[in-house]
Amino acid sequence: MAFYVVQFLTGLASAASLFLVASGLSIIFGVTRIVNFAHGAFYMLGAYVAFTLTERFSGALGFWGGIVAAALVVALVGVIVEMVLLRRIYHSPELFQLLATFGLTLMVQDLVVLIWGPDDLLGRRAPGFKGAVDFFGQNIPSYDLFLIVLSPVVLGILWLLFQRTRWGILVRAATQDRDMVAALGVNQKWLFTSVFAVGVFLAALGGALQIPRDAVHHAMDLRIIVEVFVVVVIGGLGSIIGAFVAAVLVSELNAFGILIFPKISIILVFLVMAVVLIVRPWGLFGKPEAPARRTPGLTVNPWRPLTSNERIGAVVALIAAAALPFVGGNYAMTVGSEIAIFVIFAASLHFLMAVGGLASFGHAAYFGLGAYGVAFLAKMAGLPMIVSLLLGPLLGCLGAAVFGFFCVQLSGVYFAMLTLAFAQIVWSIAFQWVAVTGGDNGILGVWPEKWAAGPASFYWLSLAIAALCVVVLRLIVFSPFGYALRATRDSPLRSEAIGINAKRMQWTAFVIAGTVAGIGGALFAYLKGSVFPDSLGISLSVDALVMVLLGGVETVSGAVIGAIVFKAANIWLVSQTDWSKLVLGGFIVLMVVAFPKGIVGTLEAIMARWRARSSAPKSRVASMEVAE
Amino acid sequence: MQRRHLLGAALAVVVAGMSGNAMAQSGEIKIGEINSYSLLPAFTEPYRKGWQLAVEEINAAGGINGKKLVVISKDDGGKPADAQTAANELVSSENVAMLTGTFLSNIGLAVSDFANQKKVFFLAAEPLTDAITWAKGNRYTFRLRPSNYMQAAMLVEQAAKLPAKKWATIAPNYEYGQSAVAVFKKLMSEKRPDIQWVDEQWPPQGKIDAGPVVQAVAAANPEAILNVTFGADLVKLVREGNTRGLFKGRSVVSFLTGEPEYLDPLKEETPEGWIVTGYPWYDIKTPEHDKFLKAYQAKYNDYPRLGSIVGYQTIKAAAAILAKANSTDPEKLIAAAEGLSMPSPFGEITFRKIDHQSTLGAFVGKTALKDGKGIMVDTAYKKGADFLPSDAEVEKLRPKD
Repeated sequence: MAFYVVQFLTGLASAASLFLVASGLSIIFGVTRIVNFAHGAFYMLGAYVAFTLTERFSGALGFWGGIVAAALVVALVGVIVEMVLLRRIYHSPELFQLLATFGLTLMVQDLVVLIWGPDDLLGRRAPGFKGAVDFFGQNIPSYDLFLIVLSPVVLGILWLLFQRTRWGILVRAATQDRDMVAALGVNQKWLFTSVFAVGVFLAALGGALQIPRDAVHHAMDLRIIVEVFVVVVIGGLGSIIGAFVAAVLVSELNAFGILIFPKISIILVFLVMAVVLIVRPWGLFGKPEAPARRTPGLTVNPWRPLTSNERIGAVVALIAAAALPFVGGNYAMTVGSEIAIFVIFAASLHFLMAVGGLASFGHAAYFGLGAYGVAFLAKMAGLPMIVSLLLGPLLGCLGAAVFGFFCVQLSGVYFAMLTLAFAQIVWSIAFQWVAVTGGDNGILGVWPEKWAAGPASFYWLSLAIAALCVVVLRLIVFSPFGYALRATRDSPLRSEAIGINAKRMQWTAFVIAGTVAGIGGALFAYLKGSVFPDSLGISLSVDALVMVLLGGVETVSGAVIGAIVFKAANIWLVSQTDWSKLVLGGFIVLMVVAFPKGIVGTLEAIMARWRARSSAPKSRVASMEVAE
Repeated sequence: MQRRHLLGAALAVVVAGMSGNAMAQSGEIKIGEINSYSLLPAFTEPYRKGWQLAVEEINAAGGINGKKLVVISKDDGGKPADAQTAANELVSSENVAMLTGTFLSNIGLAVSDFANQKKVFFLAAEPLTDAITWAKGNRYTFRLRPSNYMQAAMLVEQAAKLPAKKWATIAPNYEYGQSAVAVFKKLMSEKRPDIQWVDEQWPPQGKIDAGPVVQAVAAANPEAILNVTFGADLVKLVREGNTRGLFKGRSVVSFLTGEPEYLDPLKEETPEGWIVTGYPWYDIKTPEHDKFLKAYQAKYNDYPRLGSIVGYQTIKAAAAILAKANSTDPEKLIAAAEGLSMPSPFGEITFRKIDHQSTLGAFVGKTALKDGKGIMVDTAYKKGADFLPSDAEVEKLRPKD
C-alpha cells in the first residue's frame, strides 16, 4: 500500500514540472493565439542560465535566488523576442508565428552548445532538499515533496492573478475575444508582451527547477515541448486548471502504467490525448471556440487559375528543371529528386491547409505510411517497383481515411493536435513492432529496379510525378469540389446553409492530401532504399508545415516554392556546416520578417499592389472621358 | 591537353568500375566521414579530435604509400535519410575512396545498406547493433567498435559471479536497449540457470521519467539490476536512484557507464561499485596507449574520451586498409581488410574475415568516486576476440554474400 502512495506522489512530482511549463504555454496561446514552438527552448534556457548562476553563487540564497533570477533573465529574453520578432507578424496568416518560433528553437539548440559546450551538465542539488523522507520503508525525495507543494501554489498565484487583478481580467477577456478587447480600447501590444513574458517566465522557472534532478543538455527542449503541447490541449486551451489536471492525469497514468506495461511511456500521452479529443473535442476544461470573425476576400487575393502566359512560364520552369541531368552530376540529381519528393509532400499538406483550412501537425504519418507501404510490398510481397509505387500510397490513403474521419470532427488547433496524436501512434507502432517494421532499424534494401536506378532516370521519374501531383491538386482547387471546400473553410455556417456537407468535404480533402503525401513517401522509400520510423516522425511533420508557411498559406501553390527553398537550404547547410541549425534558424527568422505572408504570398501581394497602382490612373482617365 | 587528361581519367574511371579515380587523379586519397555532429556533440567532438589527430600522424609519416590522406567530414543531423544524402554526396561529388563513421545504429545500418547497393567500402565506427555485422551484414561493411553482443558477454563474465538471483533490467526503449537486454539475458541464463528476471523497465530514450521508474524497480525488490540507459537519462536515473536508495545493497551491471562521456557528467553523484564497460584512460599503462595519450594531450590540452579512441582508430584502420590494398577499388579494399591486423592504443586488433567485426576490446571494471569525480577501478582489458560466438554460430547469423 505504501508503495502505491509513494508512486502516486512520484507521479505528482513529475506532474509539477510538466504543469509549470504547460501553464505558460497555455496562457500564451490563449491570449495571443501563437503556437509557441520556442516554449521548450525557453525551458532549456532557464535550466542553462540557472546552472550558471547556481554554480557561481553558492549557498541557499545563491541557489534559490539563482533559480528565480534565471527565470527573470529568460523572461526578459522572451520580451525582446516578442517585441522584435513576433509583433511584426501578428497579422500574418494563422500559424505563421509557428514558423518564427520554430526558427528560434533551431537557433537556441546550437547556441546553448556554443555557449555552454556539448557536455551534459550536472546542476547542484537544492539546499535543504537533498535527501529523502522515509514513508513506511519507501523513500520519497524531499525535493519531490517541494515540487508537489509548489505546483498548487503556482496554480493559486496564477488564479489570483487572473481573477483578482485588472490585468487578469484583460487577459481573460482577450482569451475569450481579443477583437472585442481591442475594440474597447485596450492596448493589445503591451497586453501581449506582458502575457508572453509571464508565459516565458513560467517555462524558464520549470526548466530552472529541473537542475537538481536532471542533466542540463541541449536536447531538453525537444524532450518536453511536444508533451507540453499535449498537456495543454488535453486540459483545454487557455485553461490553467485544465493544464494542471491534465499534467496530473498524464503523469499518474504514466507512473502506474509502467507497472503493467513498461513500454507504455513512449506513447501514453498521445493515446490519452486522442481519447480525450474524440470524447471531448475541446479538451477537459476548454470551451468551444467562438466562430472566427473572418472576412475572406479582404485579406486574401481571390484565387484564379494561371493565365496562359503564366502556364507557359510554369512549363518553361519544368523543362528547365528537367534539363538538370545534362548539367548537374549524380549528387545534384539525387538532391533534385529529394526536393521533388518534398514538393509533393508539401503540396499535399498545403492543399489541406490552404484549401481545406485544416492545419495538420501530423502529416508525416501519411508520407511515412506510403513509404512503409512500398517497403512491405517490395520486400515482403516481392512486387515489382511499378506495382509497389502504385499500391504503396494506398496505405497512406487508408490511414488518412481512418484518422481523417475522427480529425475532421474537430477544428483549429484541436484538429492539428489530434492529427499529431494519430501520427505519433502510427510512429510508435512502426517503432515498437520490430517483427514487422524492423523497429528503429527500419526496413533496408528497398532499391529501385534497373530502369529507374540511375540518378537521372529516378530524377525524371520524381519530377514527372511531382509535376503531375501539383497539377492535379490545382485542378481540384478550381473544380466544383474545390469551391465547395473553400466555402467550408471561409464560412462553415453559410456553406452548411446552402447544403454543403462540410465534414464530408473536409474528410475527402484529408484523404486526397494523405494519398498524395503517400505518393511522396513511396518515392522517398525508393530514393533512400530504406524506410525508418523517422519518416513518420514529428520533425518531418514540422518540416512540411515550415515549407507550407514559408511558401505562403494564402496562395494556391506556394508550398512548391517553400519546399524548394527550405529543402535546398537545409541540404546545403547540413553539408556545409555543423552549425546548420543556427544558420537555418536565422534564415527562417529573416524570411519571416522579410516575407510576412510567406515568400509567394508576399510577392503576390506586392504584385497586386503594383498592378492596382498602375491601373488606377488609367481608370481615372477613363472616368474623366466619360464625364466629358 | 587538360581536357584530354580529364577524358583519360574519366575513361580510367569507367574501366576501374566507378571507383579508382580518387587515387588516379592526384596525390591524395579522400575518405568520406559521416557522424551526428550536431545531434550528439558530447560524443562526436572528442571523436572528431581523435580522427584529426590520426590524420595528422598519418600525413606526418608520409601519408598512405606517399599520398596525402584527406578526410571530408559531414554531419547527418541524427537522421538516417540525411546520412544517405551525405554518403551520396561524398561518393558522387567528392569521389571518396571509402566511407567511415556513424554513431547511431540505425544510421550505421542505413549507410551500410547504401554501401552495399552502391558498392562502396564502409568502415562503421561507433554503431553497436549486432545486425550491422550479422543479421544485416554485407561484404562492403566493416565495424570497429566491440558490438552489443561482445560488451554483453564481457559484462556477463563478471555478472555471473555475483550471488544475486533476482534481476531487474532498465533499458531505453529502442533497438539498442532491447538487444542489449536480450543478449545479456540469454548469455546470463546460459551461465546461471537459477536466475529469475523479476522486472523490466523501458523508458523512452532521452525521455526517462526517472522517479516512477526507480520506484517501480525498487518495488520488484531485485538483488541486482542491469542498466542500459546512458547520457542524460543515466544522470536522471542515478540521481533518483541515489535519493531513493535504489542502489543500496544491490549489485548493478551497466553498459557503457565507464566511458568518460557518460561517467564524467555524474560527478559527485557517481554510484560506487557498479560493474561497467568503459575507458579508464588514467589507468592504462601500456606503451601503445601512452603514446596515444601523450599525443592527444599535447595537441588538445584535454583528456581523451572513448570517442577519441574510436575516431583515432577508425582513421588509422582506414589508412592501414588503404595502404595494404594500394588501391581504392572496393573489392581490393575488402580483400585487404579481411583478416588484417594492426596496432591500436588498446593493443593489436584484427578485422575478422568471417563477419568483418574488429577484435577491438573494452575495459571492464567497477565505478568508484575519487575527489568528487567518477572513475573506474579494478579495470581489466577484455580482448574482443574472446567474447565472440563460435564461427559456426556466426555463419548461421550472417547472410551469405
